[in-house]
Amino acid sequence: MSTKTIRVQADLLATNKQVAAEIRRELRSRGILCVNLLSSPGSGKTTLLEALADRLKDRIRMAVIEGDIETERDAERIRRKGVPAWQITTGGACHLEARMIGKVLGDVPAAIDFLFIENVGNLVCPASYDLGEDLRFVLLSSPEGDDKPAKYPQAFLSADCLILTKTDLIPYLPFDPARAAAEALSIKPGLRVFMVSALCGDGMDALVEYLVEALERLRSGRA
Amino acid sequence: MHELSLIASVFDILEEKTREHGASRVTAVVLRVGRMSGVVPDLLESAFETYKNGTLAEGARLTIEVVPVKLRCPDCGGTSVREDTDFSCTACGSRRIEIVEGREIVVEKIELETDGA
Repeated sequence: MSTKTIRVQADLLATNKQVAAEIRRELRSRGILCVNLLSSPGSGKTTLLEALADRLKDRIRMAVIEGDIETERDAERIRRKGVPAWQITTGGACHLEARMIGKVLGDVPAAIDFLFIENVGNLVCPASYDLGEDLRFVLLSSPEGDDKPAKYPQAFLSADCLILTKTDLIPYLPFDPARAAAEALSIKPGLRVFMVSALCGDGMDALVEYLVEALERLRSGRA
Repeated sequence: MHELSLIASVFDILEEKTREHGASRVTAVVLRVGRMSGVVPDLLESAFETYKNGTLAEGARLTIEVVPVKLRCPDCGGTSVREDTDFSCTACGSRRIEIVEGREIVVEKIELETDGA
């Protein structure tokens, strides 16, 4: 009997990273900007997408991939806005993986500008999985509390933009948006911060403008 | 919590390496897990212990090395290790840093046992 030690150094996320890179290449070649939305359940991801659909309707074509553990509910909400949507039900899995996106990608119409992916509501696990997106948004709603960035640093560390949602509720809550933003910026310097109320419309114009500029950058090869 | 699916990928690697080296079983596994990887070492251990029964790694012991967050600073050229979530350069305070370690989930090395000579 003999024993030997083998250096393996195998990245457990390597397969996901490869598939994500293929998706990114494919979407960029079609001129589609892909955004991955992360947050805990109930932070307002679907409501934000509905508000974006209302605002972008006449200017921009979008599609949405919805990730949830169960039900078609979120995809149905998006379809009611006249936006094509696909529901991925993970059946218990806590995050979406690039492979799941790859399966849906063939159905996504070529003539769109934005592909939004709404991840499973979870501020922890989705952070580890690249889905081939160009931009990652992390949403934090005012009722969740301004102390969350330091408690769930991975999500904020991996994001490009922090969207503070439900700002219309701030007057009724002990939520300090400056503290939330400062904490997130200490984890991820350079994070773009937006404050929106998707229901009232506050702050939506700035977010739309940012997205449109990002799309222009992608299409002119400056992404 | 996706520790079980990560452990399933570990076992794919163990099977592949055992075959490749003509070994009979796996006796030790060392994982490197970054502090900012989003996975919990304790949960990886429980998942490993559950998963290994009836496999070629049935008797294997798992070691998890937690990798601290290491930053490289393009402004001063220094590297720093951070224990908290303030990811700024400890030498010059710059926030334009690059995280070079601390987000990985890696099978570092394994120990294989071969029957016979």
